[in-house]
Amino acid sequence: MASSIPASVPADAVLPAATQRARARRRRIPWLVVLGGGFVALLVLVAAAAPLLAPEDPIRQSLRGRLAAPTWTGADGHAHLLGTDHLGRDVLSRVIYGSRVSLVIGFAAVLVGGVLGSAAGLMAGFSRGRVDAIIMTLADAQLAFPFILLAIGIIAVLGPSFPTLVVVIGLSGWVSYARILRSQVLVLRSREFVESIHALGGSRFRIILRHVLPNVLSTIVVIATLELARAIVLEATLSFLGLGIQPPTPSWGGMVQEGREYLDSAWWISTFPGLVLMITSIVVSRSGDWLRDVLDPTLRGEK
Amino acid sequence: MRGLNGMRGFLPFLGHRLFRALIALWLVSTVVFVVMRLSGDPVPLLLPPDAPHSEILRVRRELGLDQPLPVQYVIFLSNLARGDFGRSIHFREPAFEVVRGYLAATLELGLTAFFLAALVAVPIGLFSAMRRNTLVDHAAMGLALIGQSAPTFFLGILFILLLSLKADLFPTSGRGDWRNLVLPALTLGAFTMASIARLTRSAVLEVLRADYIRTARAKGVAETWVVAKHTLKNAAIPIVTITGLQFGTLLGGAVVTETVFSWPGIGRLAVQSIYNRDYAVVQCTVFLAALMFIVINFFVDLIYGVLDPRIRSG
Repeated sequence: MASSIPASVPADAVLPAATQRARARRRRIPWLVVLGGGFVALLVLVAAAAPLLAPEDPIRQSLRGRLAAPTWTGADGHAHLLGTDHLGRDVLSRVIYGSRVSLVIGFAAVLVGGVLGSAAGLMAGFSRGRVDAIIMTLADAQLAFPFILLAIGIIAVLGPSFPTLVVVIGLSGWVSYARILRSQVLVLRSREFVESIHALGGSRFRIILRHVLPNVLSTIVVIATLELARAIVLEATLSFLGLGIQPPTPSWGGMVQEGREYLDSAWWISTFPGLVLMITSIVVSRSGDWLRDVLDPTLRGEK
Repeated sequence: MRGLNGMRGFLPFLGHRLFRALIALWLVSTVVFVVMRLSGDPVPLLLPPDAPHSEILRVRRELGLDQPLPVQYVIFLSNLARGDFGRSIHFREPAFEVVRGYLAATLELGLTAFFLAALVAVPIGLFSAMRRNTLVDHAAMGLALIGQSAPTFFLGILFILLLSLKADLFPTSGRGDWRNLVLPALTLGAFTMASIARLTRSAVLEVLRADYIRTARAKGVAETWVVAKHTLKNAAIPIVTITGLQFGTLLGGAVVTETVFSWPGIGRLAVQSIYNRDYAVVQCTVFLAALMFIVINFFVDLIYGVLDPRIRSG
């Protein structure tokens, strides 16, 4: 019998083995990313339902139950699974409520930075010339010095309020969007479909909004995910330095700072919020890396 | 002949970079000026609360704060150009002298962190690439991922908790002998170490796939020699670039690390000076940090051009 070919060949079967393997790799979502997605979803859920989930009021002090180690039966008769802090507040409840500050400021800052940075990148790529030079020089200047110093300075001047934090953290991230989008726009604008729309009389605004933006959307999503991790860490860092959302509102960075003095006797105060922060940061930035590889392989190696 | 042509393209390239660097420096100083002037009057902080009004006016005049802002700005810029950063109102001496006193500690920490990172990370990356997909590779890269995304301040706290308070190997804070240096340098260098290790691995893998490596192997060149001569040399370009850039970000990380470990460097000085509204010192620190960053990047570009002649014309 001659070599028989099955009547219905799966589309994949005729592809070269290498392509097949590449596709399979792309389709198979690594377990770390599944875990990551689940973790982020859980975090959002926890932040939203904090009042339902937290076993205690996060700012209720209890002087009798100060510095209690993680326990099922605390001095006040309550379980403190992650212990209590120097004011007798339940660490677990504070970690749960702390997720609100991290996520709300993180997402808001990414929105601010993403909108500003994308607009700047699109403008720079499209106008070239003077506008481009100005935007890119500004980007260079911002990258040229430790932004954390500027952030501390601005917040020290304006006072640590929610809007200030969002704007400062947002501003710290616009450069990534601007630089990467600019380089993509430079490629796109010379493509036939953009040139032909231009020739047909499509306005520049229309070209950017209807034809270029959809093409760079996946890039924006990738950068935004990576930026989210950075924004959450920056917020925590500022809180750690005493410049974040002010006490008694719990924030992870602030809790690490509060527990610092008790590191020797009550390690749990700093360690648990810090660990949650660290896991969040790792998981979100890993998901970003993965998204980048899937959505936009050309970005590999970009910062 | 070819070399000459190459240099002809290279010099304008450097000139262009230098011009942009100067603009960046000017923008940085302007932003610092604006932010610090927005932050309010430092004079009441300097004087006792019951100081007479005439005294306040006198100090203000002395510091040049009675001038209109544009005038202050011009004076500020011309002073900067002459290397005069003004007087610290807190330490009561020239700001540059104050910062210089703290600079050594930061350089000591920064350089240690940097060389520690590079010396550990390059061999790890190389090893990971050669033993790709083994347990060692996965473990090293897993650690690198953690190092890259762990918040610096918490890493410092963890080191203090585990290696200082529990294991009692190193002191918790301050500057002294080499034992004081270990934890801050590890904390500050963690991100750099992780980035360099990952980059080295992927750069080496990239090169190992190249045709000339296959040729070298086919010729029967010993594997060690393949790696030493062909791989490392070609992988050096991305490694040098990222390494140079990393040194710049170290300066930013120093702010947090120095605060966590009470390390008497310019990062901690800057934070304290912001709280003290000590304009001159803040200006001077930020300016010097930016200058160092820019100079380093300039040299990274230079080395880059030497390593890869294609870049010169580009």
